[in-house]
Amino acid sequence: MSDQGTLATVRRGLALSPELRTGLGGTIVLAVLQMAGRVAIPIAVQQGIDHGIRAAGGPHLGVVARIVAFTLGALLISTLCGYLMTRRLFTVSETALAGLRARTFRHLHDLSMLHQQSERRGSTVSRVTSDVDQISQFLQTGGVQLLLASGQLLVSAAVMFVYSWQLALVVLVAFGPAVGVVRLFQKRLRAVYQASRERTGVMLGAIAESVVGATVIRAYGVAGRTQARLDTSIERLRLAQQDALRTSVTSFSSGEIGAGLALAGVVVVGTLLGVDGELTVGQLTAFLFLVTLFIQPVQIATDMLNEAQNAVAGWRRILDVLDVEPDVADPDDRGVPLPEGPLSVRFADVSFRYPGGPIVLSGVDLSLAARKKYAVVGETGSGKSTFAKLLTRLMDPVGGEVSLSGTPLTSVRFSSLRSRVVMVPQDGFLFDATIAENIRFAEPTLTDARLRAAFTELGLADWLAGLAEGLETPVGERGEALSVGERQLVALVRAYVADPDLLVLDEATSAVDPATETRLQHALDLVTRGRTTVAIAHRLSTAEAADEVIVVDAGRVVQRGPHAVLVAEEGSIYAKLYASWLEQTRG
Amino acid sequence: MLGRGLRVLGHAIRTEPRLFTIGTIGSSLFGLLIIANSYVVGWVIGDIVVPAFAEHRVSTGQLALVAAVFLGISGLRVASIFGRRLGAGFMQFRMQARYRGAVTRRYLSLPPAWHQRHATGTLLSNANSDVEAAWGPIAPLPFAVGTIVMLLGALISLFATDWVLALVGATLFPGLFGLNLVYSRRMSPRQIRVQQTRAKVSAVAHESFDGALVVKTMGREADESRRFGVFVDELRDSLIAVGRLRGLFDPLMDSLPSLGTLAILLLGAWRLRTGAVEVADVVSVAFLFTVLAFPVRAIGWVVAELPRSVAGWDRVQAVLGAEGDLAYGEGTLSGTGPAELRFDRVSYRYAGGPEVLRNVSFTVPAGRVVALVGATGSGKSTIASLAVRLVDPESGTISLDGVKLPDLALSALAGAAAVVPQIPFVFDDTVRGNIALDRPGVDEDAVRAALSLAQADRFVAGLPDGLDTAVGERGTSLSGGQRQRLTLARALAGEPRLLVLDDATSAVDPRVEAAILGALRGADAGASILVVAYRRATIALADEVVYLERGRVVATGTHAGLMASHAGYRDLVTAYEKAERQ
Repeated sequence: MSDQGTLATVRRGLALSPELRTGLGGTIVLAVLQMAGRVAIPIAVQQGIDHGIRAAGGPHLGVVARIVAFTLGALLISTLCGYLMTRRLFTVSETALAGLRARTFRHLHDLSMLHQQSERRGSTVSRVTSDVDQISQFLQTGGVQLLLASGQLLVSAAVMFVYSWQLALVVLVAFGPAVGVVRLFQKRLRAVYQASRERTGVMLGAIAESVVGATVIRAYGVAGRTQARLDTSIERLRLAQQDALRTSVTSFSSGEIGAGLALAGVVVVGTLLGVDGELTVGQLTAFLFLVTLFIQPVQIATDMLNEAQNAVAGWRRILDVLDVEPDVADPDDRGVPLPEGPLSVRFADVSFRYPGGPIVLSGVDLSLAARKKYAVVGETGSGKSTFAKLLTRLMDPVGGEVSLSGTPLTSVRFSSLRSRVVMVPQDGFLFDATIAENIRFAEPTLTDARLRAAFTELGLADWLAGLAEGLETPVGERGEALSVGERQLVALVRAYVADPDLLVLDEATSAVDPATETRLQHALDLVTRGRTTVAIAHRLSTAEAADEVIVVDAGRVVQRGPHAVLVAEEGSIYAKLYASWLEQTRG
Repeated sequence: MLGRGLRVLGHAIRTEPRLFTIGTIGSSLFGLLIIANSYVVGWVIGDIVVPAFAEHRVSTGQLALVAAVFLGISGLRVASIFGRRLGAGFMQFRMQARYRGAVTRRYLSLPPAWHQRHATGTLLSNANSDVEAAWGPIAPLPFAVGTIVMLLGALISLFATDWVLALVGATLFPGLFGLNLVYSRRMSPRQIRVQQTRAKVSAVAHESFDGALVVKTMGREADESRRFGVFVDELRDSLIAVGRLRGLFDPLMDSLPSLGTLAILLLGAWRLRTGAVEVADVVSVAFLFTVLAFPVRAIGWVVAELPRSVAGWDRVQAVLGAEGDLAYGEGTLSGTGPAELRFDRVSYRYAGGPEVLRNVSFTVPAGRVVALVGATGSGKSTIASLAVRLVDPESGTISLDGVKLPDLALSALAGAAAVVPQIPFVFDDTVRGNIALDRPGVDEDAVRAALSLAQADRFVAGLPDGLDTAVGERGTSLSGGQRQRLTLARALAGEPRLLVLDDATSAVDPRVEAAILGALRGADAGASILVVAYRRATIALADEVVYLERGRVVATGTHAGLMASHAGYRDLVTAYEKAERQ
């Protein structure tokens, strides 16, 4: 898909951003008018020389003045058109790009966890930042120039043919090789710029590692090793940049040679033609001016090639993402809402694998009753987190079906699903905002009083009171101003105000200090009361407290039942897990 | 701003004088060739074309000469372009590489305390975009210098031709120059606003995709899109503002030289009449003006880049000039086997913050296991950092086998003491590379032994390429517990004489943790161990417990002894137990 040609990408892009075509006709008319202003000068020179300066009987000032005045007017109109043209172009293109940015952002959120997991976070972000920026940058600088340049090329070529078709042919022949060279270099240019971009990525990775891992690097005294890697990546980038520049200058200079050939050819052939009386001095002079007008576009085009390549590459990456159909799609109007009341869960022969990966879950067949508490336990990699993602429809199973109260998940409207089924993820992610704003994330219309009440109901009023700014306390980037346990508290309140019928808890693994832990457990008890709860448990205390425990091992449900029963099954996986946990906590 | 910007550029010129000279000579040659070309055009029209057209005859020799001159100029011009662009470009790339090297070198030598005070994103952009911005004006710099040479040359040649025509140039050149300056001045605040808005857009996107799981599970995609949309619209508006200014100035800049050409035509006709000039002169000067416009813009490019350059330079300098390096001694440790760690009246505070530790004294005897126990904020992690000299105390001394830590060489310290942090850090490397870290003496056998001690041998054997499996950026392909075990193996592979575990097994399954702790305790790890503990089992493993409250050691003894004698300790450990069992 990414091998698509430039033209195909542009076509695809234009189809997706029809705004780009708005007023295109007007913009082109203005551009042509601006171009016409540029050729006015060579024409004025020709007219001025032939009818004014070299008029029979000495220079004729009045004629020259008339020509100059006329051209001045043309120049004024052309400048004005230039201003209006760029103004329109920028307004239209930036508006279209803003639309594209917003649409891509939404689309990325609509894609399933599966897609989001397989992409690096940084590259996801760049779809809506640097990729769009590259298109914008190109349009703002190169794009206009390229548009004007091609216009200039056409208009000056037309004027040349009007003056003398022979000389015009000379110019075209002289530039022929240059155009060939530029085309020849295009592929190589693309390769060297690609290399330079890739090496930038490698270098950024190396720098990030040296910053994020600074403590470890220090503790192990391996700064030398890290620096050597950094130096290599920095140096490799520099060499790639130099290579790219060398290639681009070589390509650029072919235009320069073309210009030399054209000037020489025009003078030689033009003189011979003039000797035969087929050309005036003014016309030949105008031709020399026209040749310079002809050179500029060729040179600008080679120079802008890189930016154009970048822009097209960025555009292509965005279009590729937009082309990915959300595999976990909202059935929307075709969907149904979940039935009222507490929710029961049914997994019917459910299996899951990541694309191209091994089976993660297979043949999971179970029913969970409404209003009960379940704990899913198992070792790391047993498939218990996948279970949670299938239950909340963050991903769809590859086989079998998950249904809630008899309604298949795939047919449930998202607006209903997301308000009735809530998951508290492991890291209790918070946004860089206040506590109140983070909780309102679940329920935007919540009043402060209602918010405070939620804290009180969960027994967290004293904790809230202990914060310097209470509800208005900023939590910092990713909530890092709070401790891990406190972040979980806020995430729990957020889930509580959402008032779901099915609550899925992905328990955090890291240790929380005892005071917060006690609060957390108490709050958890209250939040889960009366709701169907599925906890992905890392602590067996959670399992002990559950109505039923589901033990997952190597992608299969191997045991199920109340804690007391399972622990009595000697030699079972659960019994072993529990024994080792006991050893842990009791010392 | 202009002055400071030029000083930054001066620094670059002094660092890379050779490349700057090549670039400037190339660019000056380019400018002078533009003038020469114009005069050649004038000469050809006036002295060859006009007579030939008049006499209806021309000699082959003349034509050959003309062709040779044009081609010669063209050849020279190609050479000058190579000199100008490669000189400038290579100079820019070199300066960037040099400063990226310097900045990252500072990163590696500045202590963790400094790193803690700076956000990762900031440090990343210091080494990348700030360095890039600082040397941004280098690319057009030789071009601009060459342009100034060209303008001076053009003025001189104009005055040599005719003073009236020269006056047009004398009015036009400063006009172009001034227009460029105004443009740059107007543009830079708009550009800065674009830059700032871009940063906001990027921050919102980062955060939103970071929290994608929450956004999804709460069904808030539409609201997030609205939040993002506000900044996208702001960015659109500021980009349109930039575009409008550009749209105003670009056509103006294009038409100014054309005005000059028209003025020359008019004045030239008059001067021709009075016989002061010839046709050739008028053609030359008119031609000169049409080709002059483009190079003059290079000056504007440099000026436009200066504010960004100065801002980038300042940020880079802040890193390069940062102080607080830890100085290392030359000392080495003589003995072998477990080392004794001693804290003697150690106090510590974060810069400008309250005291975190006060008069902390304790000893980890050689070969023993000591657990640090205390509530959140009691200073446990700070002690762990002090023990391996990631930070230095405000007062008091910390010594390893009797040698004060600051007297030890970095290599001696790193070889003797290893810390396993709470949050594991994994390099973008293979499993083997992550454990060995190219340390001398850490061979395949040591790596395997360490993996088995850390209970990581089984999962590593299950990886597609075993020890040679690349773990990806930050070890994303591994689970939290696997990353912790990997970093534990890294510490063990160096056969440290002191091992500091800062709650290093929190993400490991309880069963596996028990096996790790058993192995450490039982096997001849050959190290003294200082362990920050939350779990009861970890505490029970210790020979001795150091109990902390608000940065002070309030009790030391065995776990059983403290449980019996110290109420605060008893409460805390019971709370741990309760919390875990609840």
